[in-house]
Amino acid sequence: MQEKDPQSRASLKQVIQTIYEQLEDGTIPNMRLPTRTKKNIEITEGEVWVYGDSESTRSAKTTKGAYQLLKTTHLCDLLINDHLQQNKSSTLREIYYISENWNHAKFNEQPESDRLIEDLEIITGLQREDFHVRPEENGATIFGPLRIKETTKRGERTMHCQEDVGEAGYQIPYNVEKIEFLEHDAQLIIAIETGGMQDRLIENGFDEKYNALLIHLKGQPARSTRRLIKRLNTELQIPVAVFTDSDPWSYRIYASVAYGAIKTAHLSEQMATPQAQFLGVQPTDIIEYNLSTDKLTNQDIKALHNELTDPRFNTPYWDEQIKLQLELGKKAEQQAFAGKGLNYVTDTYLPTRLTEIGMIKR
Amino acid sequence: MEDPLAWKLAKRQESISIAEFFEKNRQILGFDSQPRSLITTVKEAVDNALDACEEAEILPDILIFVEQTGRDVITLIVEDNGPGIVRRQIPCVFAKLLYGSRFHAVKQSRGQQGIGISAAVLHSQLTSGRPVRIISKIGKDHPAHYFELVINTKTNEPEILKDEEIEWDRLHGTRVELEMEASYVRGRRQSVYEYLKETAIVNPHARITLVEPDGNEMLFERASEEMPVAAREVLPHPHGIELGTLMKILRYTERKRLAPFLRYSFSKIGLHTAEEICKTAEIDPNTDPRTLGVDDAKKLIKAFKKVKIMAPSTDCLSPIGEELIYRGLRKEHTADYITTTTRTPSVHSGHPFIIEAGIAYGGSLRKDERAKILRFANRVPLLYQQGACAITHTIEKIKWRQYGIDQAQGSLPTGPLVILVHIASTHTPFTSESKEAIADVPEIMNEIGLALKELARRVSAYLSKEKTLTKRREKEVIIKKILPQLATKTAQILERPTPDINPIIAKIMGNVLVKREIHENEKVHQVIIQVQNNTETTQRFTLHETHEHPIYNPSPTPKTTPIASEYNYQWKITLRPQEKKAILYDLQTKPDELQKLPPPIIDGIEKELVTGAKAINQRGA
Repeated sequence: MQEKDPQSRASLKQVIQTIYEQLEDGTIPNMRLPTRTKKNIEITEGEVWVYGDSESTRSAKTTKGAYQLLKTTHLCDLLINDHLQQNKSSTLREIYYISENWNHAKFNEQPESDRLIEDLEIITGLQREDFHVRPEENGATIFGPLRIKETTKRGERTMHCQEDVGEAGYQIPYNVEKIEFLEHDAQLIIAIETGGMQDRLIENGFDEKYNALLIHLKGQPARSTRRLIKRLNTELQIPVAVFTDSDPWSYRIYASVAYGAIKTAHLSEQMATPQAQFLGVQPTDIIEYNLSTDKLTNQDIKALHNELTDPRFNTPYWDEQIKLQLELGKKAEQQAFAGKGLNYVTDTYLPTRLTEIGMIKR
Repeated sequence: MEDPLAWKLAKRQESISIAEFFEKNRQILGFDSQPRSLITTVKEAVDNALDACEEAEILPDILIFVEQTGRDVITLIVEDNGPGIVRRQIPCVFAKLLYGSRFHAVKQSRGQQGIGISAAVLHSQLTSGRPVRIISKIGKDHPAHYFELVINTKTNEPEILKDEEIEWDRLHGTRVELEMEASYVRGRRQSVYEYLKETAIVNPHARITLVEPDGNEMLFERASEEMPVAAREVLPHPHGIELGTLMKILRYTERKRLAPFLRYSFSKIGLHTAEEICKTAEIDPNTDPRTLGVDDAKKLIKAFKKVKIMAPSTDCLSPIGEELIYRGLRKEHTADYITTTTRTPSVHSGHPFIIEAGIAYGGSLRKDERAKILRFANRVPLLYQQGACAITHTIEKIKWRQYGIDQAQGSLPTGPLVILVHIASTHTPFTSESKEAIADVPEIMNEIGLALKELARRVSAYLSKEKTLTKRREKEVIIKKILPQLATKTAQILERPTPDINPIIAKIMGNVLVKREIHENEKVHQVIIQVQNNTETTQRFTLHETHEHPIYNPSPTPKTTPIASEYNYQWKITLRPQEKKAILYDLQTKPDELQKLPPPIIDGIEKELVTGAKAINQRGA
């Protein structure tokens, strides 16, 4: 039982209450939700992505809407009476399977149930963790000078993310709210796209030398990873740098850490870290460090052009970098620095770039 | 084209043996293959039977008996309940080519050349060597005559082998028995079965029974007791006359002067018109018509075209009629929707004609096949040469997609449909002497097009209505499944009573809602019936309540009809879209009887549009 559980139950019950009252009242049951498309994305003053004012109505007038409302009802029933009442949790995939027994309310595919859970987050203003719903895989790993306390189902666990963990680091749990930060020596956070690069930095002792927290993003970062970065940044005031490959998809990884994503725009306030800075690899680095490259594919080029109109990249810096990359027609991986020796990235590239963006002083 | 050929045939028959003539004209006469020989024979016999019955105004009852009596040998018996044939005419009717009464008449009839049945007799005689056997009886108190006949192929005269009086159980009628080289096929378009089936469609007043060689009996039951209106004989119309024919009647007329000749030999020519024609042709109206030559005849035909002459009268035509085509189609096809039309008469080169058409859609018809085309000329099915026919050409030209029916560019439409076209005319222009395909005459194609487009519009309207209704029913099923679950589930989670969802169903379905609430009191119960129109149109209907006991203080006041021991109350209600009304009354009854009250009844609205009441539709029925 968590502290927040009664509140979560009440919120979910309110959803049911609304439908019930509409039924009683002779009103066609309906639910209003923000339109969850790129068109309805706004940037707040805090520079994160949120949904705008555009709303769509889900109404039992249509077959599709009626099904969604019925599914929502069944889902709420599960969350209220099984999860919160009995202190159980399910993964997103498990929920999809649980619905097998819901007759007409059965989900046709997992994205459908995933989406409906996001809808409930939006309606209640809560997060899926509050409903005891977790993703299939746990978050990525963190390594660095930080002592935390995690409340697990089997009691509290305290550990230091350098001293008490193996080389793989501390695995971020799906519910980051269960973590308490006890103490730290961290000067900066480096969020890294690939596990290989995180390992390189650990092996080279970069965390010790610069008092850096090394966080693995594992491609597009999970919610928990983004939430942890956000908490470290706001609660402990540690600056964040994002280190990825040099291609359009990696820039989007940075953007989702810094500003948020369309699908989870309702959670941007909790998860986006607009202070996060892009470290590299920059298209200009390709020239400056004479990195080994691959050719841009057609999809890459298309994605770069899309980014030129994406509000998250609407800065002179990104404009210049993206245009340069299109001109070069090339992309590079983080691992490309290995061509200059295994220590080059930690000894030369990172210190140079971190100085440039003002995160370390020399 | 028909008449000149006939004349030609008539002339030829004097100089050559008719057996030779037959051999040379097998194809034209319809005896070029074994299956076709049988179909043609059946066709000639059945046409004769139908024509005879029609003339005598008898509802036809025709039996066709096909028996396999040897390898490639078929015995065919066709028996009708027609007026019979008088004894002395029997030999000529069956055993003399080009004998018939219809030859000179300008009138719509099935056969026209008089070669039909005697050609079949000749075919039988030539292939089996057996005589044709006839029984005919003209009435109850008359004897039945039995004949065995052959045609003398040298003289084209009947030879009588037997002439007897016999006992026959029929009151009147004719029976023909022929043996011939032929074969019975089934399962394809050109078959005896298909021919009879199509004949039954356009002759819904006929009962036709077919006994196949394997003993299988097929009945095409009559769908109407109504005799078709008999076609009247009329004089030829000047616009349709051909030079040869004109010369012929000029030569044989009994009139002494041209003007009266014109008046009494043609329809639609009066005193004034006759003189105008003479004037235009620059021929003295007093000239003896028998003295006129080819050049004069040509001048007359030119004049016919210049002078304004009234369109030919059309009462010589005998259309089947929309209703009977409908019944014919319904009788032989299981379709969801059938629509038919009869156009007003029209004229092609002086010959009046009427186009009739019908479309049957859906039901057990195949969806993935091309439309089945049923072509008829003067009630005779056309089985051969579909691709050469004006009917087919017109159908192919219509843009069926506009009417929601699939069609590959320039071909027949695809879908579950049967298209029937009937042309009734005193002169049907065929593409060839075999009379199987109608020629592409613009006037005829235009009329066929107009008829079919009218029907296609109706089919299109039907289809879109069907679509909406299907959508509604689908929606209703789903809404009736989901909403109740939504209601029970939410109620269960909140631990509250399950709400009544009828008002919502009515709203979602856009229905008229009827909601009856009863407030129970100790003695007198108050009843409130709320009606709300959620449709988009104004609804007028009657609400019925039936009780064992009388009601009190009704508002508004209903019409009351006591039925046996019950009281029936009727409120006539008109509701504009979104309008609500309430009916109030008091009821005195035991509480347990309240549970058994029958639901309110709504009369005058389709049942798909009513929620909360039983819908009946007396107005529509």
